[in-house]
Amino acid sequence: MALLRAEGVWKVFPARRGEVVVALRDFSLQVAENEFVSIIGPSGCGKSTFLHLVAGLDTSTRGEIWFDGRPIEGPGADRGMVFQSYTLYPWLTVRENVRFALQKSNLARPEQEVLVDEYLSLVGLRDFENAHPYQLSGGMRQRVAIARALVYRPRLLLMDEPFGALDAQTRRLMQELLLNIWETHRTTVLFVTHDVEEALLLSDRIYVMTARPGTIKGEIKVPFERPRHTELETTPDFVELRRQLLEWIRSEVQW
Amino acid sequence: MAAERHTPRKKRSSWLELRGEISPSLYVAAGGSLIGILFLLWWVVTGLGLVSPIFLPSPSAVGQEFVRQVREGILWQDVSASVYRITVGWLISTLFAVPIGILMGNFRFFEGLFEPLIDLVRYMPAVAFVPLTILWAGVGDTQKFIILFIGTFFQEVLMIMDNVKTVPYEMIQVSYTFGLNKWEALRKVVLPAAMPGIWDTFRITLGWAWTYLVVAELVAANVGLGYRIMRAQRFLQTESIILGILVIGALGLLTDYAFKLGYRRMFYWVERK
Repeated sequence: MALLRAEGVWKVFPARRGEVVVALRDFSLQVAENEFVSIIGPSGCGKSTFLHLVAGLDTSTRGEIWFDGRPIEGPGADRGMVFQSYTLYPWLTVRENVRFALQKSNLARPEQEVLVDEYLSLVGLRDFENAHPYQLSGGMRQRVAIARALVYRPRLLLMDEPFGALDAQTRRLMQELLLNIWETHRTTVLFVTHDVEEALLLSDRIYVMTARPGTIKGEIKVPFERPRHTELETTPDFVELRRQLLEWIRSEVQW
Repeated sequence: MAAERHTPRKKRSSWLELRGEISPSLYVAAGGSLIGILFLLWWVVTGLGLVSPIFLPSPSAVGQEFVRQVREGILWQDVSASVYRITVGWLISTLFAVPIGILMGNFRFFEGLFEPLIDLVRYMPAVAFVPLTILWAGVGDTQKFIILFIGTFFQEVLMIMDNVKTVPYEMIQVSYTFGLNKWEALRKVVLPAAMPGIWDTFRITLGWAWTYLVVAELVAANVGLGYRIMRAQRFLQTESIILGILVIGALGLLTDYAFKLGYRRMFYWVERK
């Protein structure tokens, strides 16, 4: 059974002069447990809107989203989210930021500290635990955000273009880091991006979206074996699949 | 080619580049010099007797007036009266502005409830309320508190609303994903994130409050810096007027500096653009 299942979801926003914007139209997808699934689509196609619905930060106009067999009724610690913008709390240190996410858990303080240690090590930031966000680079900030979203061990990690604001080199390092984390932890991930290579490198499956109205045009399975590394992007199979995917997007989908 | 490379480039006026940085010492020296030059001008103009002392007394006359007022305890009396009024008046205004501004910044309902009224009163000059407030409350401290409230609150509350609104919504949304409810998000995310901006609002509104206080004291008071200035005008004691203005300026500068120092201590984590 799928961990996440969306059936015929619509999201309509009111616009000026009584008009409406259809952000999502008849949107359906499924994510199985321990699967890494990406949604790719152009800016403004509604892919972030869908992620917000799954996080429970917004409600759909029509249609159902089921998580773990129950309809989503608001945010909860069973789903973690990493945003594109830097959302660390600047008045807290790196360590305090990660611990902030555990305040509603029933864990005692010493157990919380153990978890914080574990996840700071996972993203390689133990040495920066007492730094404040203003002292960190963009990549380090997103590493803290990932640690913070994983530390309370959600069943589903939602990532909304988490590396979109980073430079190319840093993005590559972050992709490598995420691959490592995912291949050891296997947390279910729903990842939103407009970067075809990023989606191919990270995902088990990819949904392709169009804009206005946002709807799913199709999906592809990514056949590459794991563990994967960023060098995968230079292999002929990868290049060929990327070419096919781009070709398909160009012909089927008017971006 | 090589020769060309070693030719020194035409020296640019590096201190006059668009948005160019200059050394901190030059920065401080420039500001200090201007004040120094103006002071020197004042000294020369009055020393040469170019202006009648009734219009502009010499720096030394103002200095002597300062010594006299300190010795007779007048200055201390006026300063403490004015500082007391501004502190209480500003605190009352802030006590209302902070919670109402926070409500307005977070809940559209409270913004809709308060904003029309606030916008209306905001454009009524506080100074115009002086006669009315004297009718209501006489010429004592209470009347000064009312004027300070009218002058400060309506601007302060809107600024605090804006401070709250600048907190990125994603910061709040993230806290929801950790399981916080809206009140916890308000207390643990919105308030700490808005604090630096609110602190700056405190600093700015306190500066404005000085203007309203002095206006209120000029019209009706029996002690205070504004009162001293008004009284001096009646007796053509121009040096006392100038002294009063300088003292108010110095007190304003001092509080401003104290708030800036507090900001640097408390909000060192704020990202500088």
